[in-house]
Amino acid sequence: MTALLDLFSSGIVRTVLMGAAMLGALSGMLGAFAVLRRQSLLGDALSHAALPGVCLGFLVAGGRDLGSVLAGAFLTGALAALVMMLIVRRTTLKTDAALGIVLSVFFAVGIVLLTVIQTRGGAGSLGLMTFLFGQAAAILRSDLWVMGGIGLAALAVVLAFWKEFKLVSFDADFARAQGFPVTMLEAGLTVMVALAIVAGLQLVGVVLMVALLIAPAAAARQWTSSLGPMVLLSAAIGAGSGAGGALISATTRGLATGPVVVLIATAVVLVSLLVAPGRGLLWQMLAARRARARISDGRMLATLQGLATAHDNAGYPVEQGMLQTALGAMPPARRISSLEQRGLIRSVTHPPETTPHWELTDAGHAEAAALSGQPRKERPQ
Amino acid sequence: MIAAVFGSIPAMIILTGVLVGASAALLGSFLVLRGNAMLTDAISHSIVFGIIVVWLLTGHMSGPVQVLGAALTGVLTVVLSELLARSRLVKMDAAIGLVFPALFAAGVILISIHARNVHIDVDTVLLGEIGFVWLHTVTVFGVRVPVAVATLGVVLAVNLAFVLVLWKELKLATFDAGLAAALGFLPGALHYAILTLTSVTAVAAFDAVGAILFIAFVIVPPATAYLLTRRLWLMVVLAVGLSVAACVSGYFLALRWNVSIGGMMASMTGVWFALALLFAPGRGLFAQALRWRTERLDHDCRVLVAHLFTHEDTPAMAEENTLRALVDHLRWPEPRARATVLRAHDRDLIERRDGLLTLRPKGTAVARAIFGQRDH
Repeated sequence: MTALLDLFSSGIVRTVLMGAAMLGALSGMLGAFAVLRRQSLLGDALSHAALPGVCLGFLVAGGRDLGSVLAGAFLTGALAALVMMLIVRRTTLKTDAALGIVLSVFFAVGIVLLTVIQTRGGAGSLGLMTFLFGQAAAILRSDLWVMGGIGLAALAVVLAFWKEFKLVSFDADFARAQGFPVTMLEAGLTVMVALAIVAGLQLVGVVLMVALLIAPAAAARQWTSSLGPMVLLSAAIGAGSGAGGALISATTRGLATGPVVVLIATAVVLVSLLVAPGRGLLWQMLAARRARARISDGRMLATLQGLATAHDNAGYPVEQGMLQTALGAMPPARRISSLEQRGLIRSVTHPPETTPHWELTDAGHAEAAALSGQPRKERPQ
Repeated sequence: MIAAVFGSIPAMIILTGVLVGASAALLGSFLVLRGNAMLTDAISHSIVFGIIVVWLLTGHMSGPVQVLGAALTGVLTVVLSELLARSRLVKMDAAIGLVFPALFAAGVILISIHARNVHIDVDTVLLGEIGFVWLHTVTVFGVRVPVAVATLGVVLAVNLAFVLVLWKELKLATFDAGLAAALGFLPGALHYAILTLTSVTAVAAFDAVGAILFIAFVIVPPATAYLLTRRLWLMVVLAVGLSVAACVSGYFLALRWNVSIGGMMASMTGVWFALALLFAPGRGLFAQALRWRTERLDHDCRVLVAHLFTHEDTPAMAEENTLRALVDHLRWPEPRARATVLRAHDRDLIERRDGLLTLRPKGTAVARAIFGQRDH
């Protein structure tokens, strides 16, 4: 406990935690829009495309200067988005091919530039490698201001254009018909995703940044079906994963931050996919089980009712073998006892036979009629 | 002679690149056409996890066990993504983006934990080291060849055999999966066969070019070839050719500028793509711009002829059939109006008479055709 308190009182750890939480929140917020617009993998392409920009910024500034590195990353990211758009609109290549081309070629150019920097040497080239996988410990106090600025600007834009972004995310055609500048709005969202990527580079690195965009949003989507709560929750999950990952990475030697953050966020997604109320896989299984039980009960009642009608005897005792033939197989004992408990059927004997028999109660007749959607016939005399 | 070739380091580096490029382009052509290109991205990232897990379990860093074991992870990624998408809790693109970063991250963490015992580090994972392929050699038929060259040679042979033997089936499944299924050609099985081979190729190419540059060899040359032709066989051949050209030119440029060889080879595939995007005959941006210009001029000529025809022999003719009217009434900018008049004059559609623009017989015929009138 005291060790943990010591950790929090350390200035470096505080800086790292604040930075990681801010970045997680920012990418979570913007990732929500990317996931809803089915542009998750655009984030992957843009983050790989940021590498040559990082190197260029490094070359121009002559060292690890966050401002120029981020500006370079943003420029090549935006260029990559433009090239993407050009390929998709002006050729018959599909979106996935365009993504792959932009991602791999920009990354290759980045690798070439990286080796240029390495052969030139300099103390800073080590700091550059942290941009591949992220190193939270490399975040400086001054960097927090840059990231905070980006985050606040993005937040302001999202709040100012909330209605427009919402419309574009869910029904771009309708937005266009209403006269909204859809292309501009989509470009705006893409630019902000690029900004989030740029801001996240230090923490997660170019290779895994896509997960910090997608995972919080995909997890948040499971818990809510309205945009406002989803964006908030996504930002919160992002912040939590970022802070948790940064903390683990800062206290463990040799663990890059990016992978840890990604694994935490993925764990949150897994839990959400399983247990999110109403949507999660466990809930789906429960609902499927309930539906199966309802159908099984319904078939049982309908069979008993049909036999009763055919024999003109509301209390007709149906033998086990008859039920088995009519239904293909006997319903599980649990279903039968449940029907008995609900007072819809009752177990009777029919001497001299010794096998079990069942007949419909009055309530059972009413239920069967309601299920078949027909008014109940007069009770036969 | 043969030993001399296999003993030469530059020849071995280029040969490794060429083998990677050719194997990748063969499969990539079908992936690009089927719209599965981004699955390559997922596969090549997540085999990192497979490679480290197989190493931890068996101690093999290369060889058939490693290649097949790690390739399983690639296929697993695809299966997991498709399962996730089928649950309808997330869309396909998000499913891909959730699965492969998780596996990649797990792989990187395993590498960092066991870093002291593994001779691969995180940089190698990303970049590969094609420059050092000649360090590990095996003896095949009495000749010492690099392990990477031997492995990649086998992979290329397998890929080539797969494509040649199943050419007809691949073609059908790529362009009309529904028909292929109806005829009993199992397009689903082919889909997984392609992805399995892509995984195998990715693992074999991993030492040489790393996880991410491999994507460039799979996607970019086939996409470039696709811009240049509409014939499948020509596209595959071109893709392989472009890959080989990128490797050779990339190697020499990398030596000249003293930069990453693998990075430069992958960058060269991007250069070919940019050239094709700009200058592809008929479909490139340049050809599109030219065609757009010609079509606009043609259209303007027709508008001009129709305008003159409408006002011919009417009281307004003196006012309408002038250059000024084109600027004032049709609201054309002056240069556009002048260019159109010149073009129409060149085509013998109009002439200048008494300061007015008048139709020549050919121009009258064009105008009548526009208005659907027969010649008298």
